[in-house]
Amino acid sequence: MITLEDLSKRYGGTTVVDSVSMTIERNTITVIVGTSGSGKSTLLRMINRLVEPSSGRVLIDGKDTHNEPAHLLRRRIGYAIQSHGLFPHRTVAENIATVPHLLDWPESRIRPRIEELLRAFQLDPASYADKYPHQLSGGQQQRVGVARALAAEPSLLLMDEPFGALDPIIRAKAQDDLLAIQRRFGTTIVLVTHDMDEAFRLGSRVAVMSQGRVLQYDRPAALLTRPADSLVARMTGIADRALRLLSLTTAGELITAAERPAPGQADGPTIAAAASLRDALSELLWRGAESIQVIGPDGAALGSLTIAAIRAHGKPA
Amino acid sequence: MKPRAATVLRISALLLLVSFLLQPQRFAPLFAPLTQYGAPAIYDQGNLLQLTLAHLATVCVAAVASAIVAAGLGILVTRPSGAEFLPLSRALVNVGQTFPPVAVLAVAVPLVGFGEAPTLIALFAYGLLPIFENTMVGLQSCSSELLEAASGMGMSARQRLVGVELPMALPLILEGIRLSLVINIGTATIGSTVAAKGLGEVIIAGLLSNNTAFILQGGLVTGLMAILLYDAVGLLERRLCRAAHVQ
Repeated sequence: MITLEDLSKRYGGTTVVDSVSMTIERNTITVIVGTSGSGKSTLLRMINRLVEPSSGRVLIDGKDTHNEPAHLLRRRIGYAIQSHGLFPHRTVAENIATVPHLLDWPESRIRPRIEELLRAFQLDPASYADKYPHQLSGGQQQRVGVARALAAEPSLLLMDEPFGALDPIIRAKAQDDLLAIQRRFGTTIVLVTHDMDEAFRLGSRVAVMSQGRVLQYDRPAALLTRPADSLVARMTGIADRALRLLSLTTAGELITAAERPAPGQADGPTIAAAASLRDALSELLWRGAESIQVIGPDGAALGSLTIAAIRAHGKPA
Repeated sequence: MKPRAATVLRISALLLLVSFLLQPQRFAPLFAPLTQYGAPAIYDQGNLLQLTLAHLATVCVAAVASAIVAAGLGILVTRPSGAEFLPLSRALVNVGQTFPPVAVLAVAVPLVGFGEAPTLIALFAYGLLPIFENTMVGLQSCSSELLEAASGMGMSARQRLVGVELPMALPLILEGIRLSLVINIGTATIGSTVAAKGLGEVIIAGLLSNNTAFILQGGLVTGLMAILLYDAVGLLERRLCRAAHVQ
């Protein structure tokens, strides 16, 4: 658990981060979202002390981070940035091994870890380990950047706009990969983004920042249904808030919640259980149908969803 | 020029230089028309090969000293703790470059006597500037993302310098050393005015005895050496950079 206590950062007369207090849960993805200049990156960097707070404290598992040398603290915390910052003069394997080397891991432990990570990010170790960063595509560089951040098995990973430089299709894939990686390694992730869709897609909790302050720190659904003020409502999007709310629930979840109504006819439209209600609604509108079959990962029908059930889910409770 | 033609030219230049230094008398007929009153066509007051090697040695020793001091200063002034030394260091290396080497010799001889020592001092001072400036630019041009990534992963300031900044700056630092070397091959000829062994001796002997052949020999050997050294160090530079995987 990470606790930020009354954290502030001032440069001269300007306050960039203004007494932020929040608690970040273990094994979850927490997203800090805000416009540029809102202080979100500065807040993130105060966690690994790339920026020293002007006042306030950061506690990781109850221990004040100020009590250990900054560079030693950072070796325990993964850090991934937008431009990935891969070392151009080192191979993919050497880049990933950066922190394990700093921690003096034996070579017998580093090599398997590199291969495990490359496989986890769908990069074949045999063909990618000895490549140089300039030989990789943007998406591959980004994946190696995240793999490098995870190399020393940090329990905490900080990510600053990690997908900002990727085109939309690769970005969606990278976000899915991150969710899978998070589930696999159980890492606590704090991610900074300006993209509200990304925040809603990844965050189990989302902090909305503006002008150095956290306006609201809550579950994504609560940000939509109970915004703290009009600014949060505007930032989370008033026009498409119903659709955004639908996007937070998967078709499979709604079926389980409705105690699985009987499977309908087999020839109607179908949707994967992992797809969101937003996708299900879109499919229903497109087909002009009233109900849709939900298919499990094994291809078996789990039940059906009606347009009315989805509609009921798309408004604040 | 095509690479192949350039290579042929370089190898011919090297062969020409080596064969002249090993058997200068064979070239006597070429230089004879430049002499008057039966003066010798080839420098006869010393061994040309030994003079050339001594010349090269002086330049290399000075370059090593310049490289250590200038690169050290360049590293120092790009550290946060050393930034305040930037104006002073700049002034120092600039003076080294603008103060004429001849004047340095004049100042140094009373202090350290005649011979190699004053020449080394003059060449050392003259060679600082290109290495210092290139080291500084090389270190400063390291991208901020790389530095942030390095710090963010927990590298100490020294690990960051050795592991990231210096490799990134290596091509420019080597380029500075190459420039410094080549400038000083020519400059070193003035060392002979204070009795340092070198090719300047041949030129000065030619001037004193009004022997154009001597002057031309000294000048040609110095010039050829500068050109060949420039190419050789360039080659070495590319090898080193390729080995370190920096462009």
